[in-house]
Amino acid sequence: MRLKIIIVLTILTGITGSPSITIRPEVELVDNKQRISEQNLVTETDEVVEDVMATGELNPNHYPAQRAAKVVQHYINTLYGSPFKVFHLHRVHSGNAEDVADSGRKYQLEISVQEMISNTSGKCSAEVFFSRGDKQHSPQVQVMCEELLKINTTKEEDAFYQHLKKNTSLLSAEYLPDSHGHIEPDMKPLWHLASVASSFIMLNESTQDTLFNMAQVANVTQLATESDQLKFEYLILLHEMVSQEIIRWKLLVSWCPPEGVKVLQMEKLPHCHECEKPPNTN
Amino acid sequence: MGEITNWMDQIVKENPNVVTKVDYGKTYENRTISLLKIGSKSASAKKAIWMDCGIHAREWISPAFCQYFINQLLQTYKTDPKMEQMMKNMDFYVTPVLNVDGYIYSWTDNSTRLWRKNRTPGPEGCECLGTDLNRNFDINWGTLGISFNCCSIVYPGKSAVSEAEAQAITDFVGNRTDEILCFLTIHSYGQMLLIPYGHPNVIAPNENELMEVGLAAAEAMKKVHGKQYTVGTSPDILYSFSGSSKDWARLQGIPFAFTFELRDDGTYGFELPEDQIQPASEEAYSGALHIITHVHDKEFIKPTSTAATVAAMLWTTMMAVFVTSTVIV
Repeated sequence: MRLKIIIVLTILTGITGSPSITIRPEVELVDNKQRISEQNLVTETDEVVEDVMATGELNPNHYPAQRAAKVVQHYINTLYGSPFKVFHLHRVHSGNAEDVADSGRKYQLEISVQEMISNTSGKCSAEVFFSRGDKQHSPQVQVMCEELLKINTTKEEDAFYQHLKKNTSLLSAEYLPDSHGHIEPDMKPLWHLASVASSFIMLNESTQDTLFNMAQVANVTQLATESDQLKFEYLILLHEMVSQEIIRWKLLVSWCPPEGVKVLQMEKLPHCHECEKPPNTN
Repeated sequence: MGEITNWMDQIVKENPNVVTKVDYGKTYENRTISLLKIGSKSASAKKAIWMDCGIHAREWISPAFCQYFINQLLQTYKTDPKMEQMMKNMDFYVTPVLNVDGYIYSWTDNSTRLWRKNRTPGPEGCECLGTDLNRNFDINWGTLGISFNCCSIVYPGKSAVSEAEAQAITDFVGNRTDEILCFLTIHSYGQMLLIPYGHPNVIAPNENELMEVGLAAAEAMKKVHGKQYTVGTSPDILYSFSGSSKDWARLQGIPFAFTFELRDDGTYGFELPEDQIQPASEEAYSGALHIITHVHDKEFIKPTSTAATVAAMLWTTMMAVFVTSTVIV
């Protein structure tokens, strides 16, 4: 009886607690991950941080689902993008990842995608496969979107196409957007076209360790053509978020409304430490 | 940068009762690093909030936000009783541009716009220059998310706190770790609120509270213009990295440390259009204010401790009754 009372009293004392005590666990198991002490941050540790790949249901806000979803954005742009249609990842709603034997990793995603010019959103279901091993392929994507891809931009595309075809002078521009985020309205279609063309590169280059956005069009020059296609030479700056690097690509791009955007040639340029003005500026 | 410096002097002139300018360091190119100390004057040392902007040169929305923040403090404290109370109880240390050299360089011409690092020359034999200041702080320095290639954009420097700009913060904040309740560092882009730590296996003791406050701040930000901000540790939502200012601040014992990654989500990236400066600042302000208010109220308004004292007294009395009744039996 006495023992029971003592136990009860101890528990009661425990409940009141003391607001001034801070409990600082040295090692804590959270989500089955062994957490190490803050003290390890003070000294340089040699320990290898194991990159444990998330499997099963993914947190849609965490980077594995986000990076895979970005790949879907690039893929959609390569298929459906134009100077008047550019898609952007809006949200990841849910995701799942699983290893595929020894060949790679497959992601299943439910996402929302926004078409930037018409400002319409829609949901998409997608699968992204990243291959592993010696033969590094670009990710393979399958996607199904409700409604979003049926946006009609024929009028604007035809008008723009005809305007350039009739024009005797060839278009050129540099720094889209400029340092202040400004793009001349006349130049916006060329900026959109660049976004779509870079999507081909960004799709090819993407892995589970990258997140690409187009940072800026350094310059664009329209080239004369005999064919129906309009042709442009671009120098594009990509931003890779994980390494934070700016990567420069030279692209030869063709476009006409019936055939869509094509990248005819692509060349990765060397890292530019103190970039000078691009050569074809006056 | 000249405009910003002139503006800072102007702010001091116009608000002499509440604003002082403090020069607390020099950059590599020998430019002054300054902050504005904002708060009602007090005889004794006050608790404080730290905010720095422009640690990465190309993130132009960041210095713009610090200026907006300062303007908001000075406009609202005279009419808003809550802000008046916070200004009385705390000081705000706000650095509009930390990486002055890098920021000025990024304004040189179109080709320099995307510069990130500071302007310290590389080690001997290196053809490149610049150190990533947010990899240079003395916290598991040089271990994660860095490259020792001196040309790399995430080169962490030749040693921990080798950089004058990082040293300035380390000295100023380091001397005031008991004073400073909250450390906010402002970046772009990505629309995120990052909490410590940058190491995937280290958990801050108050991670739950940091997440809770962060999520509430993001909710507040979304209410302003509908923009979504993701909240979490860098290893979870972005990438792992060492040597960051917010990690260092947290490990010094400053309980609340957040990195803000402002607009946008990749459409314009670093070159955010001018017409987005105002809305981006408005939403960031509401997020920062939420965190600051929580931190302030936790320190200065303590209903829970009163309740705990009463509860403790009740239990002690009941325990005494138990013991005496047992003894009698």
